[in-house]
Amino acid sequence: MTILVYADHDNNDLKGANYNTITAASLLGEVHILVAGENCRHVAEQAAAVDGVTKVIIADNPQYAHPLAEMLTPLIQSISENYSHILAPSTTVGKNLLPRLAALLDVQQLSDISGIIDSDTFERPIYAGNAIATVKSTDAKKVITVRTTAFDAAAIGSVPADIQEISVTEPSILSTFIDTELTQLDRPELTAAKVIISGGRGMQSGENFIILEKVANILGAAVGASRAAVDSGFVSNDYQVGQTGKIVAPDLYIAVGISGAIQHLAGMKDSKVIVAINKDEDAPIFQVADYGLVADLFKAVPELEAELKK
Amino acid sequence: MKVIVAVKRVIDYNVKVRVKSDNSGVETANVKMSMNPFDEIAVEEGVRMREAGVARELIAVSMGPQQSKETIRTALAMGSDRGIHVLHPDALEPLMVAKLMAAIICKEAPDIVILGKQAIDDDSSQTGQMLAALLGWAQGTFASKLYFEDEFVAVTREIDGGLETIKLKLPAIITTDLRLNTPRYASLPNIMKAKKKPIEETSPGDLGVDVTPRLITVKVVEPAKRQAGVKVENVEELVEKLRNEAKVIP
Repeated sequence: MTILVYADHDNNDLKGANYNTITAASLLGEVHILVAGENCRHVAEQAAAVDGVTKVIIADNPQYAHPLAEMLTPLIQSISENYSHILAPSTTVGKNLLPRLAALLDVQQLSDISGIIDSDTFERPIYAGNAIATVKSTDAKKVITVRTTAFDAAAIGSVPADIQEISVTEPSILSTFIDTELTQLDRPELTAAKVIISGGRGMQSGENFIILEKVANILGAAVGASRAAVDSGFVSNDYQVGQTGKIVAPDLYIAVGISGAIQHLAGMKDSKVIVAINKDEDAPIFQVADYGLVADLFKAVPELEAELKK
Repeated sequence: MKVIVAVKRVIDYNVKVRVKSDNSGVETANVKMSMNPFDEIAVEEGVRMREAGVARELIAVSMGPQQSKETIRTALAMGSDRGIHVLHPDALEPLMVAKLMAAIICKEAPDIVILGKQAIDDDSSQTGQMLAALLGWAQGTFASKLYFEDEFVAVTREIDGGLETIKLKLPAIITTDLRLNTPRYASLPNIMKAKKKPIEETSPGDLGVDVTPRLITVKVVEPAKRQAGVKVENVEELVEKLRNEAKVIP
């Protein structure tokens, strides 16, 4: 069996999530990667270097400069007959693209798989991770998005794979790109960070997130938030960790002023070590925390900053 | 413009979901059901377009057992004009929902269709994108802002790391993200008025769609439980433990 992985990238670098997706793909068969973009040769070379990848297919054209679903799905479809499984990471790009492809192929997609039983059978979380379903697909071809925190990142291999160019498909006139407005980050991105410090409703305001940022700067951590903090307007939605935000699994997750609603736990409970700082000793977050500190966060977080500086 | 919104009846956001003892699924008997939260945002957006005079008609569609009519009533009480109910006793997979929606859309010819970005029961996040593919329409998923101009809509989307704005040719499919709007509560007079609004009933057979499932659920289990750890007395002890016991900070 040969497996195609659609690579999510920004024309400069292969995103971290692809490495985990390649691990999942390797469990199913031989792995080919599709890199579609503009001036994306460097990304193709990065993909070719990953262990387990036997071929990289590159479609380098201005029409693929931005990952528009209307433009990219016909391209993936044009090479789909060579593959038994088509995978993408569960990033916003993967989630936007793959269901459109699945419908074009008349396939019922499997979203966000967290485990592989055999080539037809997969595990995936449902109900915000409160249940794990094992589902068997009866479709001849599988279209799958991968929960990247459930698989280790693939390593760099010894021999780079071949890079092969393919011809582009007819451009779509349905959608056009206007602009992106990326949050300027001096810190690592949430889904790539080894350490995350997140704030909840207990932070009381957006300005107060500065105390978390100070700790984050010392630890090289990313800053996240619960949905309650986003809904209260403290921080923007791209900070959100949880069922409807980002799914993360860092080495250390520090939850500050977060009560621990199931929807938040869904996004972070696979973290290696969880710390909770909350003044309510009955907060559900303490039931999943390895280390709990019952304290006023406005006192404890500056103390934490001082202690870490020692 | 004519607008269609899709609404799904799901286990209420606040209910702690329990796995059935025979591992066939989750317990749904005697559990509070509500409209999927992202679908409430879809309805609200449609109602606002209606109030602003951008839309002249707003239709709410739901699929499922008889009780799905209650979810349509909620959409009508929020301000939709009429409902369409595709009666089907069993769960429908996203591809089938997309095919049924496509059949309805071919009849109704709306200018825009708004759906939630995901349902909080199966967390698939597929239907909107699949529907766009089946119709050959543009898709604006995870939308946090819409701006209509002539035959186009500019959609600001929530993407990893920030926002992206794209321009779509109408008709188009939109799926909602959290920040698009804050849905209203239906007022009592509007709930009363909604009882008189029409709901048309149809079925997969009437619409000519084969809804045979493609996925077989082998089992549903509870996730591995995480053990609660220890409480520490102060920040000093916390940092000592993180450094020397967990070894996650230098």
